[in-house]
Amino acid sequence: MSKRLLSALVAILAAAGASPAASSGDATRGRMLYESRCIACHSIDANRTGPAHARLYGRKAGSAPGYGYSDALRKSTIVWDEKALDLWLADPERLIPGQRMGYSVRDAAERADLIAYLRRMSE
Amino acid sequence: MTIIKQSPIQSRRSFLGNSARITLSATAIALLAGRESLAQAYATGSTSQDVDILNVALGLEHEAINAYQLGAQSGLLQKAVLDVAVRFQSDHKAHRDALAATIRKLGGMPVAEKKLDDYAMALKADTLKNQTDVLALAARLELGATNAYIGVIPSFKDAALAKVAARLAADETMHWTILNNALGRSLPANALSFGA
Repeated sequence: MSKRLLSALVAILAAAGASPAASSGDATRGRMLYESRCIACHSIDANRTGPAHARLYGRKAGSAPGYGYSDALRKSTIVWDEKALDLWLADPERLIPGQRMGYSVRDAAERADLIAYLRRMSE
Repeated sequence: MTIIKQSPIQSRRSFLGNSARITLSATAIALLAGRESLAQAYATGSTSQDVDILNVALGLEHEAINAYQLGAQSGLLQKAVLDVAVRFQSDHKAHRDALAATIRKLGGMPVAEKKLDDYAMALKADTLKNQTDVLALAARLELGATNAYIGVIPSFKDAALAKVAARLAADETMHWTILNNALGRSLPANALSFGA
């Protein structure tokens, strides 16, 4: 599949709402997933190997204060909403080529749960 | 077969004691010895994403080394537990050295270690009040690292680097298992719990 076709597919999926479970995520399950999957690099309230996730939802990508982002994240104009986070967690490199996160969450329901938790932590 | 029954506490003590006596290799492993083709691949840009992932791993190892340092100098650990903590820290130093060497071999720049105080702040070291707190933090980080290393395996373009991640995950799982036992916690209820 060509890169152009992939990009078009990503855009179509984003426009169509590619995350059927995203709005039905469970923040409690998301917290457990966050503890087991994300905690190696991330914390809610501190920049570690990865950036802090407090107030992530609704924030522009690459804008956590004090964190040293890749050029790709810094230059991105994406704002973290449900669709963007779903695409990011499913395949970070496809959404923002040149970023540094090698981890992805393939299961849509798990992504929805994580997004629900991140959204709660942003309230 | 002779079965010797121990109380959970005795069992944990002997487990920790045995772990502390494991001989440690002081030399970092040459993870990619003879893999010169990888360096050439990096020069063409085809493995640059792999190097980025290795640098994230190196960041994890820096943090782990400093987390154990914070635990070791907290004055909260009993001698047997301290010995295990130092041993685990040595493992993470070996991981650090191997990852940094690999990143350099591939033409990348290893990410730098931060100051101990920075790690203390990020890990909220001031909230550690007793040995259980220290062990719980270490177990939390080791489990996270296990899952992270397993999780990035599919992202590597080179199978040799994927194997490196698997070997690192195995060490972190060993650390977590011992810490979990020392905390008196149950084993995972089901198989295939790591990296799920």
